[in-house]
Amino acid sequence: MAVTLTVNGTTRQVDADPDTPLLYVLRDHLELNGAKYGCGIGQCGSCTVMVDGTAVLSCVTPVLLLEGRKVTTVEGLGTLDAPGPMQQAFIEQQAAQCGYCIPGMMMRAQALLQANPDADEAAIRTHLEPNLCRCGTHMRIIKAVMRAGELMRQNSQSGGAT
Amino acid sequence: MKTFLRILAGLALLLVIGVAAFAAYAWRSEIDPVDPPAQAGLDPALVARGSDLAAIGNCNVCHTAPGGETFAGGLGIPTPFGTIYSTNITPDPETGIGRWSEAAFLRSMREGVDREGRHLYPAFPYDHYTLVTDEDNRALYAFLMSRKPVRAQAPENELPFPLNMRMLLAGWKALYFREGAFQPDPNRSAEWNRGRYLTEGLSHCGACHTPRNRFGAEQRELHLAGAEVENWTAYAINAASPAPIPWNAESLAFYLRHGWHQEHGVSRGPMAPVTANLGSVPEEDARAIATYLADLMGEPNQERQTRAEAARAAIREEGGAPRPVQAGASGSGIGEAIYVSACEGCHDGRRPLPFGGLNLHLSTAVNGPNPQNIINVVLFGLPGAKGEPSAMMPAYRGVLNEDQLVALLDYMRERFSDLPAWTDTRERVAQTMGGERKVTVYRMDGTTQAPPESSMRTTPWP
Repeated sequence: MAVTLTVNGTTRQVDADPDTPLLYVLRDHLELNGAKYGCGIGQCGSCTVMVDGTAVLSCVTPVLLLEGRKVTTVEGLGTLDAPGPMQQAFIEQQAAQCGYCIPGMMMRAQALLQANPDADEAAIRTHLEPNLCRCGTHMRIIKAVMRAGELMRQNSQSGGAT
Repeated sequence: MKTFLRILAGLALLLVIGVAAFAAYAWRSEIDPVDPPAQAGLDPALVARGSDLAAIGNCNVCHTAPGGETFAGGLGIPTPFGTIYSTNITPDPETGIGRWSEAAFLRSMREGVDREGRHLYPAFPYDHYTLVTDEDNRALYAFLMSRKPVRAQAPENELPFPLNMRMLLAGWKALYFREGAFQPDPNRSAEWNRGRYLTEGLSHCGACHTPRNRFGAEQRELHLAGAEVENWTAYAINAASPAPIPWNAESLAFYLRHGWHQEHGVSRGPMAPVTANLGSVPEEDARAIATYLADLMGEPNQERQTRAEAARAAIREEGGAPRPVQAGASGSGIGEAIYVSACEGCHDGRRPLPFGGLNLHLSTAVNGPNPQNIINVVLFGLPGAKGEPSAMMPAYRGVLNEDQLVALLDYMRERFSDLPAWTDTRERVAQTMGGERKVTVYRMDGTTQAPPESSMRTTPWP
């Protein structure tokens, strides 16, 4: 069955069963390997992407729910040459150890900062709670998200894109 | 004219006398302030017993604000009349109950009057606590006095005139409040009496599970017949219990202790801190509550037994291969398509509780009077306990739209219950998704022994 999805601003036709988890479609059909398979039951957050601006666990979200919705993955936040503010901040703070959780962390943080650009550390900690990191880079991740907020605020003041 | 004035004056006089008489009736004396008792002098055995009793009474659940210190109060309790803020019950002399003597504490529990002589609002469930024995109140007092004093002033209640006049509570009490310690029934077992004493008294189960009248008093004729609290449905826990598999003393005792039961599911919402508390108290007490409640529910009639057998049979029958998904994202069959692709993977019942999902043939929520609890759980998920294994469920509010959620709920009700369709599903879904119905989301700390923050209301799962 063909499913039509909008991923990172592009409309894509995918030949997948309607109960296929979004994560499998992203990785196997669209070769967007940023979102990671962690637990497969929505408990670890490494598969987090955004749907219409909200953080969503793609491993437990069947594609049949996503007709006409806008999906954003970590690849949609910027490129290697021109990283977005969230990616830039994670690079600056060297927030990755093994890096497996990082795309999910970035996507959940992105959803927070888009909704609330002034989110403080307490808000960031609460918001990122569903996402697990086993290496222990939490402090750097929090710093990176704080930094991403700064960069986004600077960009919006100077009229740049976030 | 003169006669008219005379009548008017007479009426005014009667009014003054009436108000004065009521004021005299409502008046309670102040109990003299004391210096907080020296903590080192408290009897450790008494304090330990008080600690268990405080857990059974769920004092921490209301007397702790999110992110605040335990027992320091300040939680806003929404009522149909306005918001009432819980008070600080730590022994801080200025902002807590440090200047309360034991007699003042006993009077507040028995009569709903504070040390200064002011009537307390029945958000403090003294309609139940009045049953608590002096001996238990002394233990509770010793326990509270052994806590760390916390300086924290509770915010002023937000109640409109005339409800902000505490004197009027004397009238409320005259209508709805019966003061008096628990009287055991000599014809019943000691365990049953203990269970009744705890259930009706300190545990104040009826505060959530008994519907209230428009004056906020529990309706005696609908004792434990189910109600709605904080936009969660508290199910009937009397003979009208909607559980597909009837409860018995055994399953209730397990559930109350552990926060889940294989044939009933997990405790969640405002019940999560209750089971967390009961997980920390002597097992006999949870068992006594279970014995009493199971007796209230009574032996299931033939119809309920048949229903239970049908539910078990349906589960056995479905034990085979998963269903194929046919439908797309819209049109008929969407509810089934969502259920099979998003829910069934965990809810097929193949992985035991509490870490696997409940097979919904067993679900009280699906067989309940309204879909509110499923709406809450689907949208906001069940946030796991902090730092320990627990039941949990991911939230779906980021992906499901109103139509999809309504279709899913209709499908669940049709497939997993033989009761008629709910009539208010769309309204409730719209109000909950729109934020008009505010749902308090609790962590799943009921599955294991309670960590200290289990009593805190948490912000909605992000």
